[in-house]
Amino acid sequence: MLRRSILKLGAALAVTAGLSGAASAEINGPVNYIIPFGPGGESDISARFQQPYFKDKFGEDLVISYQPGGGGAVGWASLNGLTGDGQTIMGVNLPHIIIKPAQKDVGFTTEDLNLAYMFHFTPDAIVVRADSPYQTLQDLIDDAKANPAQVTMSGSGKASANHLAQIKFDKMAGIQTTYVPFKGTGAAVTALLGNQVKAEWGYTTVGAKQGDQVRLLAVAMDERHPLFPDVPTFKELGFDMVGGAYRGIALPNTASEETTKLWSDMIADINADPAFRQQMLDGGFAMLDVGVAEMDDFMKARAEEYLKDAREAGLIK
Amino acid sequence: MEFGHFLSALTPLNLALALFGVVAGTVVGSIPGLTATMALAVLVPITFSMEPASALILLGAIYTGAIYGGAYAAILLNTPGTPSAIATTFDGYPMAKRGDGDLAVALACFASVVGGLVGALALLFLAPPLSKVALAFGPIEYFWLSIFGLSLIASLSTGNLMKGLAGGAFGMLLSCVGVAEISADIRLTFGSQMLIGGFGVVSALIGLYCIPVLIDLVAVPDRHLKVEDDVRSVRIGEAFRLAMRSKVNLIRSSVIGTLVGILPGAGGSVAGLVAYSEAKRTAKPHQKFGEGEPDGIMAVESANNATVGGGFIPTLVLGIPGTPPDAIVLGALLVQGVRTGPTMFQQSGSIVFTFIYGLLIATVLMLPAGLLIGRYAYKSIVTIPKAVLVPSVAFMTIIGTFAIRNSVSDVLIMLGLGVFGWIIGRFGFAASPIVLGLILGPIAEQGFVQGWTIGAATGNLTGMFFGRPISQAILAFTLVTLILPPLMARRRARKEERHT
Repeated sequence: MLRRSILKLGAALAVTAGLSGAASAEINGPVNYIIPFGPGGESDISARFQQPYFKDKFGEDLVISYQPGGGGAVGWASLNGLTGDGQTIMGVNLPHIIIKPAQKDVGFTTEDLNLAYMFHFTPDAIVVRADSPYQTLQDLIDDAKANPAQVTMSGSGKASANHLAQIKFDKMAGIQTTYVPFKGTGAAVTALLGNQVKAEWGYTTVGAKQGDQVRLLAVAMDERHPLFPDVPTFKELGFDMVGGAYRGIALPNTASEETTKLWSDMIADINADPAFRQQMLDGGFAMLDVGVAEMDDFMKARAEEYLKDAREAGLIK
Repeated sequence: MEFGHFLSALTPLNLALALFGVVAGTVVGSIPGLTATMALAVLVPITFSMEPASALILLGAIYTGAIYGGAYAAILLNTPGTPSAIATTFDGYPMAKRGDGDLAVALACFASVVGGLVGALALLFLAPPLSKVALAFGPIEYFWLSIFGLSLIASLSTGNLMKGLAGGAFGMLLSCVGVAEISADIRLTFGSQMLIGGFGVVSALIGLYCIPVLIDLVAVPDRHLKVEDDVRSVRIGEAFRLAMRSKVNLIRSSVIGTLVGILPGAGGSVAGLVAYSEAKRTAKPHQKFGEGEPDGIMAVESANNATVGGGFIPTLVLGIPGTPPDAIVLGALLVQGVRTGPTMFQQSGSIVFTFIYGLLIATVLMLPAGLLIGRYAYKSIVTIPKAVLVPSVAFMTIIGTFAIRNSVSDVLIMLGLGVFGWIIGRFGFAASPIVLGLILGPIAEQGFVQGWTIGAATGNLTGMFFGRPISQAILAFTLVTLILPPLMARRRARKEERHT
């Protein structure tokens, strides 16, 4: 961290020195990539995957640091106070940045965040243990119909992507399951593997990580995930569910349009690398390319959907 | 597990990495606020260009060094360098005060090496079966484990039970502030943005432990630590003899540390406390825990270093990180293209075993490196004049707190808690119960809410809370911890009455 301050100072000096000729945006020196969560989650893992490609393509280091607190709110609330010279970026997550400010004053609003790029999503999926009696999604629905509320499902956090998916699916299938919130996907998976719950609302990434210890019953994608050719989509089974948790990066809102555009282009470049795409797919992610140009429309559509779901679920007023 | 893996761990590069890692980790860990997690996060990119096994050896060595380094500040400044070293302050600082700081640092080194070795050997030989422990612990078990941890307040504050419990309750209250971990409710912030991130454990540690020490340093004219004039800087032999005499304590504490380390979400602080209270419970009559008892330091330091190997068990076998540093190592592995999980030991066996041998080697290297750095740290803390020591430590507390998440709020919270801690300290309230409450509160809350939700859904609340065997065992331990100290005290009092 000390090192980062020194780096920042160095970057600041470099910027001042180069003021005369700096018409177009560029990055000078290591970039501070803040993850507003602790290490080990999907946000951290994807940043780690991006790290070597960034170094490779643009010659600078991505220095990842963690600023957990308030389910990401501490980081996002501080983002616009940071220097907008393009040397500091922060990970952003949907639905968090939409739902949290809608619930209460958390120190930032969705509109305040200067989003540069959304690079992937982890599609919602229902995960069961390999030895679970639920072979298909229908088995789970039947059990939940016969025993209302007795089917327990773990998931990461409340008012989160997992929780919204659970509420939505229960309504569509006309069933009542019990959602048990855990701190992060890791803990939710541990509870599933340890037989504490009957199923988990997770992501395709859980299936990639846990291998044959688990079975996915359905995934919330338009088409099947290449890693799980045998797992049907919710759509195939008659439930109109596509979505999950979306991730991208934002810059302080003092960053110039050129700087934001530069980051949008750089992340797009990494996202377009075939080797990177393959790595991400192997990890269970689903790629997404939303640059600055398309960001407003994308966010508007997502916000509408998330807020509607959350309102119907009684999570926000 | 063949000999070949051992040899590949022994390459000059790997040895150098292990040594460098241990030294760097020890230095980082000794500074309150700078944690193993941070050191690893910064260094991970360097490992991308390395062989996976070498990368892992470096990361593992830093991690194990940092956990040991946390003992320095605990012993010499009464401030745990990492949360794992909370219980090290109980006997470490009293020892340093009476002039035995060098002995305490050497003891911590021996104990850390023993603990580290036991944890790493468990990882080497017993990882797949032991990983089941992580899965056997459900929400209710975590709930009872945290209640057990809180009951340790009772045994740690003999004669001052009410104050200890009040401190613990206050700590739990503090842990409720901010965005709740699993319900996402925003609680007790009184509309303030400053409190939304809650009271961080590390900022509370620095504030509650370090600030009162600084105030006292300024308030009294004496030297910080008592220094003997005669030359006895070499106390390694004495420490070794003490450690040899406490074999049972060392092994027991290491086993406790390994087991607690396997539980994701428990961590080194809980391991140290459980081992400490076990050592205290089985103490011989002449041992005075809390007043500079060498066995106290050895119990905590062996237990917290054993969590390193223990924590890697669920990380490598199940892909579930046991601690935040494990999570970073897991991330580094994924980028390297190594898939963790049950098949890892077969598919990537050579990497895993080279890494485990590397961890063992790093732990052994910690002995000379740790003793050397420890002596240097001790000498500099005792010989530095107060006028230099106080400002530099004060500076470190602020930098350290800010570094956690670049937050000025954390610094203000740390200072506020520090002054508060100093004031209540004058009325006999200790910092440890508060920090214990802060660490264990969220574990208890989450376990309770999850257990209640599952129990209510399946219509079996009583069975959920009281019917599970592991829960019953932890509950039994808790009752023993709560009831035994007052009983013993009464018996001792009666005995003394009879004698007079």
